[in-house]
Amino acid sequence: MSLDTSKVATSNGATAATAGKPSKLGGVAGWADERLGLAGAMKKNLRKVFPDHWSFMLGEIALWSFVVLLLTGVLLTLWFTPSMGEVHYEGSYDQLRGIEMSEAMASTLNISFDVRGGLLLRQMHHWAAMLFIASMMVHLLRVAFTGAFRKPREVNWVIGCLLLLLGTLEGFTGYSLPDDLLSGTGVRAADGFLKATPVVGSYMSFFLFGGEFPGQAIIPRLYIIHVLLIPGLLLGLIAAHMLLLVYHKHTQWPGPGRTEQNVVGFPMLPVYAAKAGGFFFIVFGVTAIMGGLLSINPVWKFGPYDPTKVTAGSQPDWYMGWPDGLLRIMPGWESVIFGYTISWNVMIPILIVPPTMLVILILLPFIEAWITGDKREHHLLQRPRNAPTRTAVMVSLMTFYGLAWAAGGNDIIAIKFHMSINHITYFMRVMVFLGPAIAFFVTRRWCISLQRHDNEKLLHGYETGIIMRSPEGGYSERHLPISEASAYSLTARDRDEIYTVEGDTDANGVVAPGSRAQAVRAKLSEKMYGYNVQKPTAEEIEEAHHHAEHEHELEAGLDHPADGHQFDGHSDHTVDEAPLRGH
Amino acid sequence: MRLLNRSAGRISRHRRGPAAGLAVLLLGLLLTGGLYTVFAPAQAEKATSDTEAVAEGRKLFLVGCASCHGQNGEGISTVREGYEKGPSLVGVGAAAVDFQVGTGRMPMAQPGSQAPRKTVAYSDEEVAAMAAYVASLAPGPAVPTEEDYSIDGLSADEREEAIVRGGQIFLTNCTACHNFNGSGGAMPRGGYAPSLHGVEGKYIYEALLTGPQAMPNFSNGNLSPEEKRDVIAYLGSIQDTPNYGGFGLGGLGPVSEGMFAWVLGIGGLVGFAVWIAAHTTRSTKVKEGADA
Repeated sequence: MSLDTSKVATSNGATAATAGKPSKLGGVAGWADERLGLAGAMKKNLRKVFPDHWSFMLGEIALWSFVVLLLTGVLLTLWFTPSMGEVHYEGSYDQLRGIEMSEAMASTLNISFDVRGGLLLRQMHHWAAMLFIASMMVHLLRVAFTGAFRKPREVNWVIGCLLLLLGTLEGFTGYSLPDDLLSGTGVRAADGFLKATPVVGSYMSFFLFGGEFPGQAIIPRLYIIHVLLIPGLLLGLIAAHMLLLVYHKHTQWPGPGRTEQNVVGFPMLPVYAAKAGGFFFIVFGVTAIMGGLLSINPVWKFGPYDPTKVTAGSQPDWYMGWPDGLLRIMPGWESVIFGYTISWNVMIPILIVPPTMLVILILLPFIEAWITGDKREHHLLQRPRNAPTRTAVMVSLMTFYGLAWAAGGNDIIAIKFHMSINHITYFMRVMVFLGPAIAFFVTRRWCISLQRHDNEKLLHGYETGIIMRSPEGGYSERHLPISEASAYSLTARDRDEIYTVEGDTDANGVVAPGSRAQAVRAKLSEKMYGYNVQKPTAEEIEEAHHHAEHEHELEAGLDHPADGHQFDGHSDHTVDEAPLRGH
Repeated sequence: MRLLNRSAGRISRHRRGPAAGLAVLLLGLLLTGGLYTVFAPAQAEKATSDTEAVAEGRKLFLVGCASCHGQNGEGISTVREGYEKGPSLVGVGAAAVDFQVGTGRMPMAQPGSQAPRKTVAYSDEEVAAMAAYVASLAPGPAVPTEEDYSIDGLSADEREEAIVRGGQIFLTNCTACHNFNGSGGAMPRGGYAPSLHGVEGKYIYEALLTGPQAMPNFSNGNLSPEEKRDVIAYLGSIQDTPNYGGFGLGGLGPVSEGMFAWVLGIGGLVGFAVWIAAHTTRSTKVKEGADA
């Protein structure tokens, strides 16, 4: 990429940059700098370079939807009453007028129908929450698939995982606040989860609800968790996440001129700030459009919560869907030990599997680093295909998540696709185990095939689509070499080194300490890398190119390399000048 | 009072007269019959009123229904205990026929977990005739009239109260299967609670009364006729009121909301991200091909 730097600075030559007449803004900045001394820090950070790629903006969606959440959330608190005190609803919504409900529900209806723009705010807040967690997840997937969680970014990965957990809890506490039938059902389920905990379950439930469910305390408590505790933690962790991002500098895709030591991209000001700032308005706009046009959580149709009522289609918001799905497909196992019932049917899908999955997620970079024994810093990203095992593990986890998630909507799937809910349940019971295994195998082989394809491109060039016929009547496709830049990008990856144990016994036959762990590590490393395709060596590429030229000569029956355009009117260039597609 | 006493006394003088027994008998019969007509369940009224319609209905029944329900509507059971080809229709009443045939559920196109609503196979008169025939087998619920399921006869205030009451009854008794919006829900083994959108009040009333397929029977003892009417009024009202939040996403709850968040929200925003990243900051447009 060549940039015309003359437009942005005059300082690229040997002479010093010329400063123009100080502007009014410059005067203000000077005044501020003399008093706050920020220029030093700003000078460095305003010119901080960020690489440009769409996949680096996924986390930004999360950041901006969090800002939308803060903005709309603050406005909602102005009218919301977090109280379970009973009132008669006397607002504008006809179908519930005169009904007894909690103040929380009544004020939610008030926001929806009697506060100008209130329903828009509510819906924007809810949609932004859905997008916040969804974008955190796609961001997480990007980071995992590209290996951006390798050293030195493991801690930031952990922070990200905690943000995902906190975001989920924040979402749960949020959609429980209106105290409508659906949210009450969710709180009731949460109460059941707490009570399924052996020994301390009922104590925890009584502690949270201030007595027996539902009591009078849960809404005010969830409210303060929702508006103060978790947002505070989220803010702090987001700040830490961003500071570490600045400290580590952003990762980049390999390419000409991009190394482990530099970052190629655009400076924060003016380019990246404009892009990021613009993206905020786009996220805000999309949220506003969704809030304005798409109905979400119509609490007025659910009516106030009443433990005697329930509705079909009682699902949590999407991010709680996968534990709900596990709960739905779990067989009703219970055992009675010393007169106490252990509810495996609730414990396994809610109290055991989700926390285990979170721990696995957090540990991913550490497990990988231990197996590979890789202590180097990595700032260049890996293409998913170049880490087949990691990619396969992630796809496997995604498959598990997706199946459990789909199981959470089993009733909707049943009615929309005219299927039996029982059959869906039986299918899912098997597939949550089988699906991830199949996904792992298929993905790994797929990645390895793609690696092989990359090597083909390096060695034999890309497929031109030009079919050549030899004098004997045989057909073959012409391949042309890929550009040097593409070849550089394709080869800018390390060869995988399988970890091997170097002599687990010393000269005297004494077993080295920890050698069993080392053997396991070597075995895992072998399993992880054993099937990978390594990039060709320089000699192999050289050899292949010579070979190809010779082959083309033969194929074309000409005494010079042919590009295949001899007879179609495009033969105004030789192979060297042949325009290369974006390979 | 004196007049009453006097006339009572006059009647009393004849109490041992020759015609007294006959008069008391007649009076007793008249009273019993009258009270029966007043207090008896409405359905028994026209059980055998229209013999012509019954005969016509029987003809249709023998052609369209008897293969599963038996020649006399007695039902046909299969070899397996507890399974039947078609249940007995004795005592299901005209309302059941009007619901099942009037919505096209019967005759069934094929055996299955549930008979779906489909194009109606019979004309209104034919349905009525079959209903009359089935009603003649044994007393059962009659087809409700307009006053039974409509709140049009009430004042504005009463109507509003009826709708509010109906909403609460709906949320207590119906939403567990039919969903908060009446959008329907899943039942075990391929069954389902159908959507209530656009279903005529008469059929909802009949379904409540007769409990078709997997639906429980909400007899008048469980849910009074007025309460049934209020539920229908509520369902009508939520269909008449606009979708306040915008497009309702099928009224299916958080599953469809999540789908829209991912497809439209994340899909759209990732699209924007690609768009933003694809636009670099060249002040002059560089020709295609020169870009690395």
